[in-house]
Amino acid sequence: MAEVFTNATQVLQGFKGVKKVSVEEYFTSGHRTCQGCESALVMRLMIKAAGPRTIVLGATGCMYVANTTYYTTPWVVPWMHTQLGSSGSAALGTAAGLKALMKKGRMKAEPINVIAFCGDGGGADMGLGAISATLTHKEYNCLILLYDNESYANTDIQASGSTPYGANTTFSPPGSVKRIMHNRWKKNTAGMLAAGHPECRYVATVDASYAVDMMNKVRKALSIGGPTFIHSFDPCPKGWDFDPMLSHELGELAVETGIFPLYEVEDGVVRHYGKTRAIAEGRPRKPVREYLLKQGRFAHFTEEDLDYFQAKVDEMWEKWEIPGVIPFWKEKRPAVPMP
Amino acid sequence: MAVETKTIAAAPGDTEMLISGSEACAEALALADIDVVTAYPIRPYDTVMQAIAKKIANGKLVAEYIVAEGEHSQFEIVKHASTVGARVFCGSSGVGWMYAMECLTVTPPLRVPMVAMVGNRALDDPGAFGVEHNDALVVRDLGWMLIWVDTAQEMLDTALLAYRIAEDRRVFLPIAISADGAFLTHSQALVQVPTKAKVDRFLPKYDRGDLQLHPDNPITVAPQANEDWVIEIRRQNNEAMTRAYTVIEEAYADFRKVFGRGPDNPWFEEYMTADAEVILMGMGTISLPLKVGIRNMRAQGKKVGLIRPRWFRPFPTEKMVAALSRASAIGVIDRDYSFGSPFGSGVVANEVRAALYNADKRPPLLSFIGGLGGREVTLEDVYKTADMCFAAATAGKSDLKTHWLGVRE
Repeated sequence: MAEVFTNATQVLQGFKGVKKVSVEEYFTSGHRTCQGCESALVMRLMIKAAGPRTIVLGATGCMYVANTTYYTTPWVVPWMHTQLGSSGSAALGTAAGLKALMKKGRMKAEPINVIAFCGDGGGADMGLGAISATLTHKEYNCLILLYDNESYANTDIQASGSTPYGANTTFSPPGSVKRIMHNRWKKNTAGMLAAGHPECRYVATVDASYAVDMMNKVRKALSIGGPTFIHSFDPCPKGWDFDPMLSHELGELAVETGIFPLYEVEDGVVRHYGKTRAIAEGRPRKPVREYLLKQGRFAHFTEEDLDYFQAKVDEMWEKWEIPGVIPFWKEKRPAVPMP
Repeated sequence: MAVETKTIAAAPGDTEMLISGSEACAEALALADIDVVTAYPIRPYDTVMQAIAKKIANGKLVAEYIVAEGEHSQFEIVKHASTVGARVFCGSSGVGWMYAMECLTVTPPLRVPMVAMVGNRALDDPGAFGVEHNDALVVRDLGWMLIWVDTAQEMLDTALLAYRIAEDRRVFLPIAISADGAFLTHSQALVQVPTKAKVDRFLPKYDRGDLQLHPDNPITVAPQANEDWVIEIRRQNNEAMTRAYTVIEEAYADFRKVFGRGPDNPWFEEYMTADAEVILMGMGTISLPLKVGIRNMRAQGKKVGLIRPRWFRPFPTEKMVAALSRASAIGVIDRDYSFGSPFGSGVVANEVRAALYNADKRPPLLSFIGGLGGREVTLEDVYKTADMCFAAATAGKSDLKTHWLGVRE
């Protein structure tokens, strides 16, 4: 049986502590993201981790519109826009083009990282099919990074499939008759992609509040070979309605409450890491209200809403087949009544 | 002058093959040594992807062959592969082409010289496999160069020409080659397949130059420009399309030198037009019933000719006007529709009307719609069309209506 031909990847060892992190910046001044924007930090850390021999493709969204105004690009590395639902296709096409040219000797053969990023609208909604397809094409090295600020934040904060239950968005404003306009539970995007693509070698969730961990997951995703996927959790002061100085703290609270679990799936092996690991091993989670009530988007929540949210998060850790990752139940799932 | 109506003498080294229009396209793609191709099934264009898959499986072509999960991804994948310097091919038909619409929109302003084949097919609903030209025509305003071909030989030759023209740095725009579904995609004919050495003489390697996305050339492509710059960028697209007129003429001249065949006039085929009082027009394989009908009418002493447009974008305005001005009446048969358009005419008829508006001599133009959904255009349709044109020539004016051919009422 012939081996599947794959280009070599770069070998990017993990940074051993924050003092060992490269001082070079490849995402610099020139962008106009909001104060406290975690997604901008994700971009900066992502490319710092990847290094200069990288091509970055950016799907439509905040990190396109706010980052790359004509003549003021912050990207030191080659960067190209792709369509909202095309992060998967952009990564695949770029990697395939490089591979073909290197194979035919028309381009110097060397490991070049290919990263395509998308927001939650571009990734969890519109581009999900293309990402799924790309994760099955194991002969192309590329990383798709979904920066999840839990709404279509560039177009005025509209609900996406990744918006949490009950959040106030411009498509789900709490009103006098309907308090909860957005009653869908957030998609389990990383878990779904890990479970659905058995030959994808690496899927991880990250949170820039834990920056070194986050960068090391990017480095692993780029080194392991084949298509990989990372889902980052990005507090958004504008979309979530909180003081920009709280971005980092909300990123921590989302993990500490168990709302956003940190894990990686490497060659099929699931591993919780960071504070999520302690939660998976039984350490008490912080109540979700500590996280929710710091944000204006949940200001209309009643006690019943908070209880419902808590009960759904409790299920993730107490009932799921693989806590926080795979939502299959060992027993028949009771319906949790919505308030 | 018409490549279709005479046997082409095989040039030394060429191979003669009995192949379909889609297979002829695949022969050209292997000769052009494409790098990345993306496939997704929809009839009738997908026969070209099947032919390419066989070539790769049998070692006749080395290329990345990616089966996409939909036409949107299909076109996006090759768009991005082209930006790093790969020669790419893609294609679709009917609603598949429409599913890729967003990607078709962004490809010209990104100056991606993609070559695509459209196996023309009626749009849903209702479902129909047969030919209509509305699929390819939907991108006519967006910077795609559009050409309609008539025979398998013309398909092979045009695919080679298309890479040469699209990848010329003065142009850098995508080209869609339209082939009538079934009538051309699936019909076999004898085709002269040239040698690789000849193709290499004619077609240089794709060089994206300083637009290549690579770590050695760290550029930012397609940033958010807004009103500050968009109109200048549109203007650059327009100038590229304008430069294509010269590049197309040059490419066909070189093609004739290298391959010893090909039309003197790249823009449209003229058939018995030298003394024609009535000129009929139609794109693609409709030329067959038109030519047969014209020969029969000529035998009765009726001076009828045919102009079969190849290039629809860029549109050969001056040359078309000059050729049409010789006639006493023109009959345009559209294999497409444009509901609510001026006079309810199809796209080609109104395009020709617009081209003629400032002409010194404006023959009456009659507009016809026929052959939709792959319906046969019969000789009776052709005779009726010509007779109405002769009447208009005598009257010196058109009825300004659009006549649907062969419709049950």
